[in-house]
Amino acid sequence: MAWQKKVLRVNLSAGTCTPEPLNMKWAHQYLGQRGLATKYIVEETDPKVDPLSPDNKLIMTTGPLTGTMASTGGRYSIVTKGPLTGAIACSNSGGFFGAELKNAGWDMIIFEGRSPTPVYLYLENEQATLMPAEQIWGQTVWETDAWLHNHHQDPLLRIAAIGVAAEKGVLFCGVVNDLHRAAGRSGVGTVMGSKNLKAVAVRGTRGVGNIRDPQAFMSATQAGKKVLAENAVTGQGLPTYGTQVLMNVINELGAMPTRNWQTVQFEGASAISGEAMHEPRKSDGKPNLVRNGACFGCTIACGRISTIDPSHFTVEGENKPAHYRHASGGLEYEAAWALGSDTGVDDLDALTYANFICNEQGMDPISFGATVAAAMELYELGVLTLEHTGGIELKFGNAKALCDIAELTGRGEGFGMEIGLGSKRLCEKYGHPELSMTVKGQEFPAYDARGIKGMGLTYATSNRGACHLRSYTVASEVLGIPEKTDPLATDGKAELVKAFQDATAVVDSAGICVFTTFAWTLDDIQPQIAAACEGDWNLDKLLEVGERIWNMERQYNLEAGFTAADDTLPPRVLKEAAKVGPAKGNVSDLDKMLPEYYRIRGWTTDGRLTGETRQRLGV
Amino acid sequence: MQRSLHIDPEKCTGCLQCEMACSLENEKVFNIAKSRIKVFTFHEEGRFVPYTCTQCDEAWCMHACPVEAIQLNKLTGAKVVNESVCVGCKVCTIACPFGTVNYNEDSGKVIKCDLCGGDPECAKACPTSAIAYIDANWTGLDRMRSWAARTDTSARA
Repeated sequence: MAWQKKVLRVNLSAGTCTPEPLNMKWAHQYLGQRGLATKYIVEETDPKVDPLSPDNKLIMTTGPLTGTMASTGGRYSIVTKGPLTGAIACSNSGGFFGAELKNAGWDMIIFEGRSPTPVYLYLENEQATLMPAEQIWGQTVWETDAWLHNHHQDPLLRIAAIGVAAEKGVLFCGVVNDLHRAAGRSGVGTVMGSKNLKAVAVRGTRGVGNIRDPQAFMSATQAGKKVLAENAVTGQGLPTYGTQVLMNVINELGAMPTRNWQTVQFEGASAISGEAMHEPRKSDGKPNLVRNGACFGCTIACGRISTIDPSHFTVEGENKPAHYRHASGGLEYEAAWALGSDTGVDDLDALTYANFICNEQGMDPISFGATVAAAMELYELGVLTLEHTGGIELKFGNAKALCDIAELTGRGEGFGMEIGLGSKRLCEKYGHPELSMTVKGQEFPAYDARGIKGMGLTYATSNRGACHLRSYTVASEVLGIPEKTDPLATDGKAELVKAFQDATAVVDSAGICVFTTFAWTLDDIQPQIAAACEGDWNLDKLLEVGERIWNMERQYNLEAGFTAADDTLPPRVLKEAAKVGPAKGNVSDLDKMLPEYYRIRGWTTDGRLTGETRQRLGV
Repeated sequence: MQRSLHIDPEKCTGCLQCEMACSLENEKVFNIAKSRIKVFTFHEEGRFVPYTCTQCDEAWCMHACPVEAIQLNKLTGAKVVNESVCVGCKVCTIACPFGTVNYNEDSGKVIKCDLCGGDPECAKACPTSAIAYIDANWTGLDRMRSWAARTDTSARA
């Protein structure tokens, strides 16, 4: 079974917590987590709903492999309609919270309505209670975490919370669990804030059992772990350098978006790379990286645990709280890129600090960094001035400005609230929408679509706005996984993107981490799902489930008001050729891939699902 | 020859595969809340430390038990709770200086590491060899070797 077959429905308006059975018919069509929770959203909400209104719902959801011994089996997702994009939002997180929720006996929690006053949900197995959060409203994620552990006298509680930024309505807030793991993108934390829900604290002692075939499950998961251990990326590269293993690789490829995508290589890349995090610093002889750390059940352990140089300006002085001088979640590639390359800041410690602030206040470092980058370009053009920024000199490369803005945005104060609009709204407000590096309102991640063509199509068609995790064709185009394709070619990319999108939807619905797919294909994952779950989960069925999920999300977005005109990229990426590096002279060539993509998706030329496609997939 | 669980915290990534393996062996479900081994995270220092029973020779828990429910497995050296005898009085949990015997409210008995009868699941599940099951008489061998490697054996004048 693997599913707990139980859903907790929390009506925040009424203050009620009600258990109900999981819809098993849907579970067999959508597997779990991303797919299944999106099905609930589709069935229960109006796609045109205002994301920050009480009528929107927010679901915290696990997958059938969450809480099991499958490697990386600790994932959970938050599914809602995103305020940054107005599209379906699904943000995935590791850490330990998801497994704890499952261990408490639940597959998912559906939050609906809006609490009249700030509350948090306290969940101890079957017992669910909404409790007043007055004492933690206005506190950071880290303060909230400490308060809840102390208040409940329980060090084993697992906590997911929002920071002050989400309370104030900063549009790119995530939900942070276990201090430094985040369901980061699309503003899912902002939705939680709009519901006056500060945190969820869980203790689970029920266990995850009911594995369909325990013996087959153990041998399938052990085989999977062996594949991860023996693979160069998941066995060596990721544990040693984390996702930051990519910084120098992508920069050399000329696909490193720099200074709000003005160019494609960053001269400071090596200074902020995974390798640099290992270099002993002058002040105390220690490197930035303390060690690698794992999420629940993960045998890869790519997580970074870092410290800031004690002599750095961000932590010097008696006024700085001691916790910035302690170890915490360090830079992942995406954060290092957005906070660093995209803003032109090559100061590793400043980036580590800004990343700490993003974790502490529950902000998506990609959207935050990318919005600061857009603001820096507006500042250098003279559109934004010192008057707007409150005296902060917002030039590219200004590390102090980056850190100051992170603090302001985290607290939702002053110019921070302008940054909190996100890049699209900020650039529109100041009359330069073309400078916003976004798709469907969400900021790009760290791969330039002029140097890696498949990523351009990935961004344009992603159902949650620009995102690398919906179809990570970098694997094929750069790393040769599962097979090498030419990053500058457009031929075959439509097919590649579709295949990655469908497979990733399965991974995201299973309870495991997409990073396993550096080593695993669905051939490695299918036996684990099939051994755990009742029913016949063969490869064809999984691929169909993935395709069904993708089309369901697409249909939701179409009904929310998106059209083919939104499947595009900013003019800079479409028209301004890369100036340097191996991709010099290239633009994204989206027009050469998109019509083919629509065709193989079974969509009309204007990007709508044909009746036949809808019928075939039951969407 | 007896074997001991040997823990090297430097290798631990905090993944909790050991806790799941322990609970699966003993409770037949994945449930870290019922694990006999616990991994502690010292977040501010970036350290993960697995901790479990060391199987003391003069075991406080065994001596404290009023009904002799904790018995020595002579083959493995493990101090094993006999559930059919344990009355759940918890005196052993008080007696143990290390806290590695704990009460389980679901069974009304205490639980502690029993070395899985000589084939501990935690060690097998650990992906980084932070937990190993090695010769109980030579748990210092690796450390001795690392110091030995530093010994200057070049010819002296």
